[in-house]
Amino acid sequence: MLEVRGIATFYGAIQALHGVDLDVAKGEIVTLIGANGAGKSTLLMTICGSPRARSGSVKLEGRDITALPTHEIVRLGVAQVPEGRRIFPRMTVFENLQMGATLVDPTHFQRDLDRVFAMFPRLAERREQRGGTLSGGEQQMLAIGRALMSRPRLLLLDEPSLGLAPLIVRQIFEAIRRIAREEGVTIFLVEQNAFHALRLADRGYVLVNGRVLMNGTGKELLANPEVRAAYLEGGHA
Amino acid sequence: MAYFSQQLINAITLGAIYGLIAIGYTMVYGIIGMINFAHGDIFMIGAFISLIGFLICAALGINSAPLAIVLVLLMAMAFTAVYGWAIERTAYRPLRGSFRLAPLISAIGVSILLENYVQLAQGARPKPGGGSIVTGGFTLFSSDGFDVRVTWLQIVIVVVTVVLMAGFTWLIASTSLGRRQRACEQDMKMASLLGVNVDRTISLTFVMGAALAAVAGMLFLMYYGVVDFFIGFLAGIKAFTAAVLGGIGSLPGAMLGGLAIGLIEVFWAGYFSSEYKDVAVFAILVLVLIFRPSGLLGKPEIEKV
Ligand SMILES: Nc1ncnc2c1ncn2[C@@H]1O[C@H](COP(=O)(O)OP(=O)(O)OP(=O)(O)O)[C@@H](O)[C@H]1O
Ligand SMILES: [Mg+2]
Repeated sequence: MLEVRGIATFYGAIQALHGVDLDVAKGEIVTLIGANGAGKSTLLMTICGSPRARSGSVKLEGRDITALPTHEIVRLGVAQVPEGRRIFPRMTVFENLQMGATLVDPTHFQRDLDRVFAMFPRLAERREQRGGTLSGGEQQMLAIGRALMSRPRLLLLDEPSLGLAPLIVRQIFEAIRRIAREEGVTIFLVEQNAFHALRLADRGYVLVNGRVLMNGTGKELLANPEVRAAYLEGGHA
Repeated sequence: MAYFSQQLINAITLGAIYGLIAIGYTMVYGIIGMINFAHGDIFMIGAFISLIGFLICAALGINSAPLAIVLVLLMAMAFTAVYGWAIERTAYRPLRGSFRLAPLISAIGVSILLENYVQLAQGARPKPGGGSIVTGGFTLFSSDGFDVRVTWLQIVIVVVTVVLMAGFTWLIASTSLGRRQRACEQDMKMASLLGVNVDRTISLTFVMGAALAAVAGMLFLMYYGVVDFFIGFLAGIKAFTAAVLGGIGSLPGAMLGGLAIGLIEVFWAGYFSSEYKDVAVFAILVLVLIFRPSGLLGKPEIEKV
């Protein structure tokens, strides 16, 4: 589904990614964990063409998308729940979801909307509330719902559990699981919450200073002493 | 009372024209955070194209005023839209992402270019025309021996403006295009992540602003019956003042600001001195910038993002 080869991304003179390789197969849940500043968000944004990789390539279902403009990449079925959620603050919940459906045939709209509201009933209650006034958890649900409205085949999620209470975190991870298992959406999940993420994922990658240091199945990485020391100790284990 | 009513009617007419121009400033500011100083000159070009349009209609023997107005309106909107699009494409888009003042300076350059181009093509002397398309009017009431008159043209101006503003407000609030524009305004990167073609949306914003300025240009021509290459300067700055007064970035603010500037200008001229009416308008700009920089309807930034 997604093939990343030797990606190097720069911000001005600063290099954030130093040749990253990774693969996500169709139907998989793959997670990427790493410390603050490792380059996780940069990698997700580079996949979407903003910023653009200086070298290396990104392929989606065999097609090279490295040089495509962001809105064209999205058109191919990639949706992102970005870092910080980026809800449109002065639009209502409903309008935010409409924005998610920008590229979708309007005849699907009602059914997709019902699906999102069934997954997150809270959003249905707050349909006319402005995005900027939602709580953090509600914004995260909206960001995921908005991404689903675009009917993605590949969903990129950037730290969806950040700053949320444990109960909401569990809800969010359950939603991600259902999106993958019941709707067949391929998932690439960036997380600091390594415990939840690795338990959910089929496979995982560990990113350190812009390089992939390790990869393996979720179970392997959970059991790995280095991973435990760096990302799990003092957490949930 | 009669004198006051007459001034009020005149003020609303003038305010309508300023409001139409102000929308272009406010929309462009809203979406890319830049003051398009060439916008007043787009208005001037709209007025010139209208003049040419009315001459063509006369030459073709189109005598029906409503028909001529509609034809000229469409023509003026179409041509200025192309100007708006081309200016954004050539003078602003290449500078996006460079330092903040760059597009501003470029805009001033475009403004000078357009003024000189029209001066060369059309001459520097004021050109009369368009003033006799809609004539006549009626007396609303008389008191103290003073007739309060409303001209048909004033009614045309206000009706056209109200219809366009209503349509435009609907477009921004309720259509997919309007939603895409607001999305770009609030978070361009996120909009592109949802598949919005940001460049095209920005182009369209310029096109829409220019088309509304063309309408203002046509109404101005019909109201004053004369144009020259320099009208865009003063009208542009006043409309800009209207946009700032209303709260730059706010659509209803632009309309309200336009009305307010029309009122200030006409009442100042009517009650104090017409020589200093522009000074009054710009004094307001200064006061607003000092005491309420976000304008009457400016967005209070209370949202958590
Ligand atoms: N717009 C930018 N301009 C300059 N440097 C940037 C920019 N965005 C990110 N960086 C730098 O690139 C590096 C990687 O940042 P990135 O946001 O990808 O990290 P991350 O792994 O997502 O971290 P976190 O877990 O804190 O979100 C950091 O050193 C950061 O300072
Ligand atoms: Mg990040």
